[in-house]
Amino acid sequence: MSFGLVQASYVAASILFILALGGLSNQEKAKRAVWYGIIGMGIAVVATVLGPQVQSYWLLIIMVAVGAVGGTIVAQRVEMTGMPELVAALHSFVGLAAVFIGINSEISPSAEMAGMIQAVEMLENNAAAANAVGAQLTAQMSDFGALIAIHEIEIFLGVFIGAITFTGSIVAFGKLSGRMDGKALILPMRHTWNIIGVVATLVLLILFMNGWGMWALIPMLLIAFAIGAHLVLAIGGADMPVVVSMLNSYSGWAAAATGFLLGNDLLIVTGALVGSSGAILSYIMCQAMNRQFLAVILGGFGGPNGPAMEIDGEQIAIEADGVAAALDEADSVIIVPGYGMAVAQAQQSVSELTRRLRAAGKDVRFGIHPVAGRLPGHMNVLLAEAKVPYDYVLEMDEINDDFPETDVVIVIGSNDIVNPAAQEDPNSPIAGMPVLEVWKAKQVFVSKRGQGTGYSGIENPLFFKENTRMFYGDAKASVDALLQRIS
Amino acid sequence: MKIGAPKEIFAGEARVAMTPQSAQALQKLGYDCVIEAGAGARANFSDADYKEAGVEVVKTAAALWKASDIIIKVRAPEPIEVKRFTKGQGLISFIWPAQSEALLESLNAKGVTALAMDMVPRISRAQKMDALSSMANIGGYRAVIEAANNFGRFFTGQITAAGKVPPAKVLVIGAGVAGLAAIGAAQSMGAIVRAFDVRPEVAEQIESMGAEFLFLDFQEDGSGGGGYAAVSSPEFREKQLELFRAQASEVDIVITTALIPGRDAPKLWLEDMVAAMKPGSVIVDLAAEKGGNCDLTVPDEKIVSKNGVTVIGYTDFPSRMATQASTLYSNNVRHMMDDLTPDKDGNAVFDMEDDVIRGSMVTNDGEITFPPPPLKVQAIAKPPAKTVEKTPAEKKADELAAMRAAGAQQTKLLIAGGVAMAVLGMYAPASFMQHFIVFVLAVFIGFQVIWNVSHALHTPLMAITNAISGIIIIGALLQVSGGGWFVSLLAGISVLIASINIVGGFMVTRRMLAMFQKS
Repeated sequence: MSFGLVQASYVAASILFILALGGLSNQEKAKRAVWYGIIGMGIAVVATVLGPQVQSYWLLIIMVAVGAVGGTIVAQRVEMTGMPELVAALHSFVGLAAVFIGINSEISPSAEMAGMIQAVEMLENNAAAANAVGAQLTAQMSDFGALIAIHEIEIFLGVFIGAITFTGSIVAFGKLSGRMDGKALILPMRHTWNIIGVVATLVLLILFMNGWGMWALIPMLLIAFAIGAHLVLAIGGADMPVVVSMLNSYSGWAAAATGFLLGNDLLIVTGALVGSSGAILSYIMCQAMNRQFLAVILGGFGGPNGPAMEIDGEQIAIEADGVAAALDEADSVIIVPGYGMAVAQAQQSVSELTRRLRAAGKDVRFGIHPVAGRLPGHMNVLLAEAKVPYDYVLEMDEINDDFPETDVVIVIGSNDIVNPAAQEDPNSPIAGMPVLEVWKAKQVFVSKRGQGTGYSGIENPLFFKENTRMFYGDAKASVDALLQRIS
Repeated sequence: MKIGAPKEIFAGEARVAMTPQSAQALQKLGYDCVIEAGAGARANFSDADYKEAGVEVVKTAAALWKASDIIIKVRAPEPIEVKRFTKGQGLISFIWPAQSEALLESLNAKGVTALAMDMVPRISRAQKMDALSSMANIGGYRAVIEAANNFGRFFTGQITAAGKVPPAKVLVIGAGVAGLAAIGAAQSMGAIVRAFDVRPEVAEQIESMGAEFLFLDFQEDGSGGGGYAAVSSPEFREKQLELFRAQASEVDIVITTALIPGRDAPKLWLEDMVAAMKPGSVIVDLAAEKGGNCDLTVPDEKIVSKNGVTVIGYTDFPSRMATQASTLYSNNVRHMMDDLTPDKDGNAVFDMEDDVIRGSMVTNDGEITFPPPPLKVQAIAKPPAKTVEKTPAEKKADELAAMRAAGAQQTKLLIAGGVAMAVLGMYAPASFMQHFIVFVLAVFIGFQVIWNVSHALHTPLMAITNAISGIIIIGALLQVSGGGWFVSLLAGISVLIASINIVGGFMVTRRMLAMFQKS
């Protein structure tokens, strides 16, 4: 396959990727959109393999085959509640590949680049040769010098971003899968450590461009590994949606950086698409929590701005019988799921409850907050898995105005996203965060394991409202108990 | 400890302080329950029902007093009942301590620890034991039923083959718990409901029940402490009566519920207003016990005025719905016992630090503890300062200013970006700039495309971008051939993990999308 044909296939692949992402605007188009992505990827890989730069095939075929089998197994085995971990794990692969490719291009530059480097070195070492070439040629040589400098920055940047993505994703995976403590690890002077790391990286960049080669690249790699791990370690459980989408973005930028260093436009385009996608997701998540992106990444909640409003009233518990009776009487029900539903694996029971109530002629819908769960859109996927039709599942903005006309709201395992303090108490750490206004409904039942506070550690006045009843217990057991009791 | 509920001996009283259901809840708290035979009969709870719920049934009141440590009742005890108390026994019932000093003295002389259900402070925490509210709710509902019973027409408007029926017009004066309940009941029967209250803040509650709030253009806030009304000024009263006079000829049903704590009920529906009403109209006076809001009201009686207006002055509305009233009242009592029994071990603890218990306690240990000290927590939070509503012109100006600011912001960003590009272009070689253009355009396309992705598909979006970012495999493919074994090894590993990414990412995306089903 000629070079021109390969480039043409890359154009086709880029367009298919854009269509694949654009197709996700609705559920029906999305099923077709995945095929665009798959075909685009197929074209890109086949064109590259058949292109002029690839000579040995046996290693490739083995590796791709093993990878494909591995990917298939992972994709089929993963539980839908385990999606966040899987996504994090896959990000780490992209990061690692970017690191390897960066190191490779330092060890063995492409032929074109090698020629330029040789020419420039020759000129620098040999004054006579410099005199021999004409003035015009010298000018061209200095252009070579700039190219080499850019190339070195690209390698450095590619490895740096790749390394941060790699360790960041590994830590995120560990936290999400419960292999590591989900709490934020706050080291003393943590900001200072990050700054030291960045400064050291800049120093190493200058050394790298002055011919230190691997001696500068490897220390930088280690520093970047440390920064990546430290960044994610310092972020706690409920901020994970932001972290995962941020890592998604980084993996894109890593691919784009690799594209720059290889001079490959397809990599640049795809990397940029993925990078901006992740960036937008992070932005949406931050908006949904009313927090600045930097504040999330640099970790931790700010302290309260003043004394919290006093909560008056008490949490009143209720048994399954009471909830079931209220459900039997209600005409409209909204269920607000959160991470607790995922933890308890209650989505099947919730789906069954929805089916039964719908069969009884009640209007049952779901209200999903953008940051419910540990991954953007996590709740939607869980409910879809449990066969809840997606047209019952509404976003916060779509459903928030309907609460005052709703008879019963069931909150399952969510806390901060239904906290009225966000609107009522200007001193609350979450003041101003958009929340689902469940308390406006006639009755609210909160299914919760115990009396503890949510991720942000603040008291939730919802639990003390007159129309709120606490339905303590494991979410799945609670919903199952309801199933036995509703008529 | 044993809790006992006697049969109410007050004439016409049908309620009972313990139901089989509340007895079960009390037993869960560790108490034993006793009831006098036939106590629940008039509220449709038979002795057999009680026995089934594990309640001991005793024949006489005297035996009940002997057996119980705590007596729970509805009405305040009569002198003959007070005589039966022994020292240290507890009493929970309505007591009305402010009006019945003699009763307090005699209870105290007997050494009784008495909690008055009517003294439970009006704070959120105590709402579950607020028997005044639960009884007022029933009163409001029953008032509408009585009115309907005595009213010769439909409440709801109908167009029938036999002719058109206009809807009844109901006026509710005083929108407390009873008033709101009356509004709700009348509204659901199809009447046109209007309501008035001196406290402007209840206008919203009235409207939320579907009634029309009669607006009085007068600058005075009639709110007293603790959510109750206060006495109004003579000028205000005049205005108010004027408003009612205008309504009198129009409305068919008037339900008055206006009470001011510790005073006689204000006279709001005067004789001339009754005279102005259409024959067949009905007035239900829920304030009859305190003298009535209507001039013609005779407590405990139903009278008909000269011009044929029925005035109902019953004072026993809750008792007329004895089953419902007993259920709610017994639940109020049970919640009170719940608070008195922190350890759920069947031992009542009178914690004088607790606002609710202290507030409702009227005698304790040979001492009259009424009136209680003021509450530690304020019953109702101060109303927040009202924000000044902006005029449309100001809003427009604000919007314009915001738009300008956004425009200026964008211009600044564009200029800064342009300068950065120019600097980059001056130094970077041409081949880099070509790639850079591609990069920048791709970022822009990415932003445009991703904004349209639906929120529900964010997880599939992440999975598919994951798969697509496996495109990095191309870099590895290009490096596999050539450059020595180490380079080939690293490139090979990269190919392997990138393939996992591609295949895993796409497959899991497909799996997820297949799950999204339309109903």
